[in-house]
Amino acid sequence: MTKPTAYNREASETQPPLNHPGYGSTAERSPGKPLVLLPHSLSEITGPLYGQDSIGPNDHDLTRQHDGEPIGQRIIVAGKVTDENGRPVPDALIEIWQCNAAGRYIHEIDQHDAPLDPNFTGAGRCVTDGEGNYRFITIEPGAYPWGNHHNAWRPKHIHFSLFGNAFVTRLITQMYFPGDPLLELDPIYLSVPDAKAREGLVCAFDLENTVPGHALAYRFDIVLRGRDQTPMVG
Amino acid sequence: MKKILTSSQTVGPFFHFGLKPIAVLSSEDIPGEKITITGAVLDGTGARVNDAMIEIWQANSRGKYDHPEDQQDRQTTPGFTGFGRVFVNGDGGFEIKTIKPGPVDWLEPGQQAPHINISLFARGVLRRMATRIYFADDPATGGDPVLNLIDGPGRRNTLLAQPVDGRPGAYTWNIVLKGEQETVFFEV
Ligand SMILES: [Fe+2]
Repeated sequence: MTKPTAYNREASETQPPLNHPGYGSTAERSPGKPLVLLPHSLSEITGPLYGQDSIGPNDHDLTRQHDGEPIGQRIIVAGKVTDENGRPVPDALIEIWQCNAAGRYIHEIDQHDAPLDPNFTGAGRCVTDGEGNYRFITIEPGAYPWGNHHNAWRPKHIHFSLFGNAFVTRLITQMYFPGDPLLELDPIYLSVPDAKAREGLVCAFDLENTVPGHALAYRFDIVLRGRDQTPMVG
Repeated sequence: MKKILTSSQTVGPFFHFGLKPIAVLSSEDIPGEKITITGAVLDGTGARVNDAMIEIWQANSRGKYDHPEDQQDRQTTPGFTGFGRVFVNGDGGFEIKTIKPGPVDWLEPGQQAPHINISLFARGVLRRMATRIYFADDPATGGDPVLNLIDGPGRRNTLLAQPVDGRPGAYTWNIVLKGEQETVFFEV
C-alpha cells in the first residue's frame, strides 16, 4: 500500500463561505452544521483525466460555431493554469459558458428582455497544453439583471469549470472584466473574503495577445490546489 | 511564495447549455453489479432544488480508480472512467445509473467500504459541496473509516443509500442541503 500524497488545504480567505447573507439564495442552500474534515485518500487524490483528443476543432472558438459571426466585441481570453506552487497543470479540461453581448443566455429559463443572437451559443471547451496554457476566442458578454435585490445586475462574466488532476482540484468559478463598476455591487463577487483573491477573478487587458485589426485580448490565469510533496507514481 | 488559489463562484442557474450530462455507465457491457440510485435534492425549507448539478467520481467494480496515482494492484476497466454528471430535473429529482464500486485502500492498512464521491453545484451554492454515497446493505459500510469520522449514527445515515425492497440494484438517496436531516458534507 502506497500512502496517497495529500493536497494542501484551501486557505479559507480565498474561498467564499457557503452561507453569504448578501446572496439570498445561499440561506436555505447552505449547511447549518460544520463540514467534516476528510483526510485525502485515493478517492480524493484521483479524478477524471482528459486528453487533447477530448475536444473538437472549434470548441475553443465561440465565434465560429454558427453560419454567421456573433454580434459583440471579439475577444481572446487566454491564460495559464498552475497549482499554488506555480507548477503548470497540463491536460486540464476547461469548460466555459456565458451570455451574449446583450446580456442574454441561450438558456430556456433566461427570461431577460434582451435579444438572443442566432449566431451565438456561448459554450466552449478546451484542454490546457503541456505548459498549462489555454486560449478561447469569444465575444465580450453583457451585464444582466437578476432578482437578488432591487436593481441587481451581474457584472460581465464568463463561467469557468475546471478539472485538475484530482477530485479535490475541481473548480467552478467566474471570470470578470477589469474596471466594471458593477463588481463592487455584486454579492457573488464580494462573497470572496480576501480582496487579493477577489482581484484574482478579474482578468487583465493583454495587449500582447490582441490580434491587430481583429480582436482584443484578456489574460486570466487560474490557480488550482497543489501539493508540497511530489506524488509517488511508479 | 505560494500563489493565491482561484476562488470558487456559484455555477449559477444557466449552466445546462455549457456543461453537458455525462453517463458514468458509458456502456451496458461494463462489468460489475448494475445499480440505480434515485433521489432528490432538498433545501432548508424542504423545497426541491430544481437547478442542481451532481458529479460522480468512483472506482470500478474491483475498487480501482482510472488514474495513475491509484497504485493498487488491480485492473482498470476499458471504457469506464468512473466520472459522471447528472442534472436534477424540474422536480429536483435525479437518477444515477452505474455499477457498484469495489472497496478501495484506506490511508492505513484496511479498506474503505464501497462508496461514490459526489460533488454538488447549484445556484445559491458558492463552492462545490462534497459528500459520499455508501450502501446501507453492504456489510463493510459499518466499519468504514470515513463514516466513523462522523459523530452519531443519525448523521452517518445521511450518507447511506437504502436498497429498495424487491428491486435488486435499486437504491434511494436524497441530498438535503440544510436542516434536521441535513446531509453530511466534507471539507476536502
Ligand atoms: Fe452568469
